[in-house]
Amino acid sequence: MKVALTSRGDSLDVLLDSRFGRAANFLLWDAATGAVEVLANTQSLNAAQGAGIQAAMHVVESGAEAVITGHCGPKAFRVLKEAGVKVYLTKALDGHEAIRLFQAGELKEADAADVEGHWA
Amino acid sequence: MKIAVASGKGGTGKTTLSLALAEAITGGCTLLDCDVEEPNCHLFVAGEPWRQLPVEVTVPEFTNDGCDGCGRCVRACRFQALARLGKRVLVFPEMCHSCGGCVLACPHKVLREVPFGIGKLEFRHGRGFELISGVMDVGHAMAPPLIRQLKEHIPPEGLVIMDAPPGTACSMVMTVRNNDFVILVTEPTPFGLHDLKLAVETLREIDLPCGVVINRADDGVALIRDYCQEAGLPVLLEIPYRRDIAEGYSRGGGLLAVCPDLRESFRTLLNTQIPAILQAEGRL
Ligand code: SF4
Ligand code: SF4
Repeated sequence: MKVALTSRGDSLDVLLDSRFGRAANFLLWDAATGAVEVLANTQSLNAAQGAGIQAAMHVVESGAEAVITGHCGPKAFRVLKEAGVKVYLTKALDGHEAIRLFQAGELKEADAADVEGHWA
Repeated sequence: MKIAVASGKGGTGKTTLSLALAEAITGGCTLLDCDVEEPNCHLFVAGEPWRQLPVEVTVPEFTNDGCDGCGRCVRACRFQALARLGKRVLVFPEMCHSCGGCVLACPHKVLREVPFGIGKLEFRHGRGFELISGVMDVGHAMAPPLIRQLKEHIPPEGLVIMDAPPGTACSMVMTVRNNDFVILVTEPTPFGLHDLKLAVETLREIDLPCGVVINRADDGVALIRDYCQEAGLPVLLEIPYRRDIAEGYSRGGGLLAVCPDLRESFRTLLNTQIPAILQAEGRL
């Protein structure tokens, strides 16, 4: 299973990006191998509107089955939910901490967006 | 004659002036509240609307019939209102501009157009005028189509006053377009001046004649006067800053209730000053 984490950089050592749609990068972490692949979010970052929708489509296409991020807006949440991608919200600072919490089962699956559009 | 009341920013007294103008004129007029995101003219008009009309736009609906996941619809949309998930397309009606592009782009006629409510129009009888307010549903960003449908109810004859949305964005332009004249309301502060300049630039670009009403005029009024003179803009009226006016508002009274003496100034403004300006500019 692959998990997408929103990140400000390109490795698990770097701070997580708390926003989903406007995150700098997505880190695709492979739970089986521990490998990390970087997925740039450039297109969504440059979008005047609908960044969350675009970012969510990217994540879905990457094959990720779960997302770990700080906040998620309603439009992105709808895309992810429809595609069957689980959303976990965390205040973890970096990728390692987020994954540790995820593996320990300490992250709760979000059942709704937690911020208004435009915010995330 | 159609006259829009606009301002570069909110809170300058645009609505108060619109209402007072509509009330001051004898012989009746129609007041259109085009500030559809925050309409508040009706707060000063007693009673429930005697008529309400829903406002709808057309948005695509995904019918699930024969989609091959080609993604042409998503690429055709300039407003990111669609998301494709495999052979399924999600529609975000609140982002849609109703251009119909996606419906045309789909080779398999999977998308069809359906109505989608974005707000309503409310009709009320005011004191000596008819009020029609555009009210946008919360969470919507599509003010221009609502304003367009609101403006379809402009009567063919008589005076029409339109309370425009603040700022200089699409919805303001949509409101003032096709008016005969625009009254710009401003305050005598550096911020007021800055926003006034932006509004004047916008109006000159679309070639609309305008004049300025300075609200809450105090010692700073020279700032606006000087700019108007430089820019060749007529100052139509200065409403003085007075404590009793501010207090009157906070009790919910209109401008004319607090300052009956302004009634005559407003009549002159509408009946004499504006026609004279239009005549001088060769527009009448
Ligand atoms: S009608 Fe136009 S704006 Fe609306 S979803 Fe289709 S292409 Fe996008
Ligand atoms: S254009 Fe038509 S067939 Fe292609 S993805 Fe969109 S809805 Fe499906």
